[in-house]
Amino acid sequence: MTNAGSDEMDDDRGSLDLSREYKKYVGRKISFITVTSLLLIVIFMCSLSVGNAHLPIGEIINTLLGRPSDIKYAHTLIWELRLPRAIAAIVAGVSLSLSGAVLQSVLRNPLGSPYTLGISHAAAFGATLSILAASRGVFGTVFDHAYSITISAFAFSLISTFTLLAIAKYKSATPEVLILAGVALGSLLTAATMFLQYFADDTELPEIIFWTFGDLGRASWQSIQIMTLITAVVTAYFIHNRWNYNAMDAGDEIAKGLGVHVDRVRLLGMLMASLATAAAVAFLGVIGFVGLVCPHIARRFVGDDQRFLLPASGVVGALLMLAADTAARIIIAPYVLPVGIITAFMGAPLFLFLLVRGCKH
Amino acid sequence: MLKVRDLKFDYRKREVLKEIEFDMRPGEILTILGPNGVGKTTLLRCINTILSPKSGTIMVQGEDVLTLPKIEVAKRMGYVPQHTQTSRLTAFDAILLGRKPHIGWGIRDHDLHIVKKVMLDMDLEELAMRYIDEMSGGEIQKISLARALVQEPKILLLDEPTSNLDLKNQLSILRTLRDVVKKDHISAVLTMHDINLALRYSDRFILIKDGEVFSHGGHEIITPDNIGEIYGVPVAVESVRGQQMVVPI
Repeated sequence: MTNAGSDEMDDDRGSLDLSREYKKYVGRKISFITVTSLLLIVIFMCSLSVGNAHLPIGEIINTLLGRPSDIKYAHTLIWELRLPRAIAAIVAGVSLSLSGAVLQSVLRNPLGSPYTLGISHAAAFGATLSILAASRGVFGTVFDHAYSITISAFAFSLISTFTLLAIAKYKSATPEVLILAGVALGSLLTAATMFLQYFADDTELPEIIFWTFGDLGRASWQSIQIMTLITAVVTAYFIHNRWNYNAMDAGDEIAKGLGVHVDRVRLLGMLMASLATAAAVAFLGVIGFVGLVCPHIARRFVGDDQRFLLPASGVVGALLMLAADTAARIIIAPYVLPVGIITAFMGAPLFLFLLVRGCKH
Repeated sequence: MLKVRDLKFDYRKREVLKEIEFDMRPGEILTILGPNGVGKTTLLRCINTILSPKSGTIMVQGEDVLTLPKIEVAKRMGYVPQHTQTSRLTAFDAILLGRKPHIGWGIRDHDLHIVKKVMLDMDLEELAMRYIDEMSGGEIQKISLARALVQEPKILLLDEPTSNLDLKNQLSILRTLRDVVKKDHISAVLTMHDINLALRYSDRFILIKDGEVFSHGGHEIITPDNIGEIYGVPVAVESVRGQQMVVPI
């Protein structure tokens, strides 16, 4: 076909324009990611600054750098309250949004999100079971209550994922089978959760309901460490597979022709997405919408090329979560709304606006 | 170049392909002819190892591709399926995807050069920055062929490359294919329903009947008897302006 020697000739044939145009086009995508990242830093500083007690930016930087601050409680406010919240928002936003982007690609369905596979339903069932068991003294004093909820939610998320993967393995892993099995599994778990709720008493029921509102206030430094580790591994795996996802977007046949192990990439993509979602949901509760909508928002700006879509989705997810949580803390201060409500309130109109405007470049 | 021996494929215990054998030389276009459901697409998929044959060997330049890892197969063979899904990618990126088997961590200048060269050769530079989900069937088919070409394959496999195309695009895509095959000295295997189009652009033919090679050779095997036998339709083979034509009678 061609070799290094003939490459120089190409430029003589007017392909310089093509190169320049292509670089410009790539540049536009990179600038979207850069601008949203900068915006993320701005909102990060805002989220540390605003709240019941306002902290000036200078004080925040001092405190973060470990210097003494003039304001009493600044250290506690930042390090124990606001910073864990903000970091949890960023990590959860990245992991939910990236999982959604990858699931939309490997399941070849625009409705793909951690919800589609029933992961959140499984986590809610696990949490409900644990809340009931703990309040009825099943665990005795062996487990800390909060830990038992997290562990149970995480365990059930994984059980549901592996059930789904087992079905896929048995029945051949076509996207249709996977989505339908995920929806069926989700319904089953929702029914099981409702069954448990029916037998819950007046103190248990609010706890169960409240758990399903995702809340970043639950994030401890330890849980953030675990979430960050899982998210980092999953993100690296997704980025490593970006060309495989691009190939699969062109259809299974083309992907196979390009040497992609389509079934393996699809199942591992689902497993990794489930793992990342399970970690976020188990620690923070159910946060809907981010996984579905953030990849689509990113898609509208950078297109379907996974080389740009994955980083853009991650940043948009983090941005929406952090902005939603900051809003949740100030809208009806001193009360703090659960972030899950705000993500839907902010994400849905924004998404509808982009759909109607048709901004796709 | 390509040597297929004793290729067998079963689907749910039904024999789809029975002992398929044929050879190809570089610079040749070979068309597989046969009625619907006879296993033409299955044969292409087996050659490309998308399906695993029950037995047989598929030698490309002396190597049995059935023993090679998928990525190595993709460096030797390009596959253009009948249907492509479109996504929000520019034509340039959609074609660049064909470099995937060769790409390690990032794209090198060499990859971009090959994409540019193929686009210029195929007169696609006008389309480069357009999105493929806004393109016509003919344009998408050309992009698919270009994607397979940037794989730098020794063998090209094309499943019904002219279905859904108008007359002008049918001629244009096959002319492009013929030029590339001759210039780069590669081989192309096609499936086609349009016998007359196949006669115009192919060097050799395989006629398939009941999962077996009924006849294998050049234009001389396109006789009324052979065509009548495999399609079950009486035909005449005539010459129109020096071009062999099959006409149902």
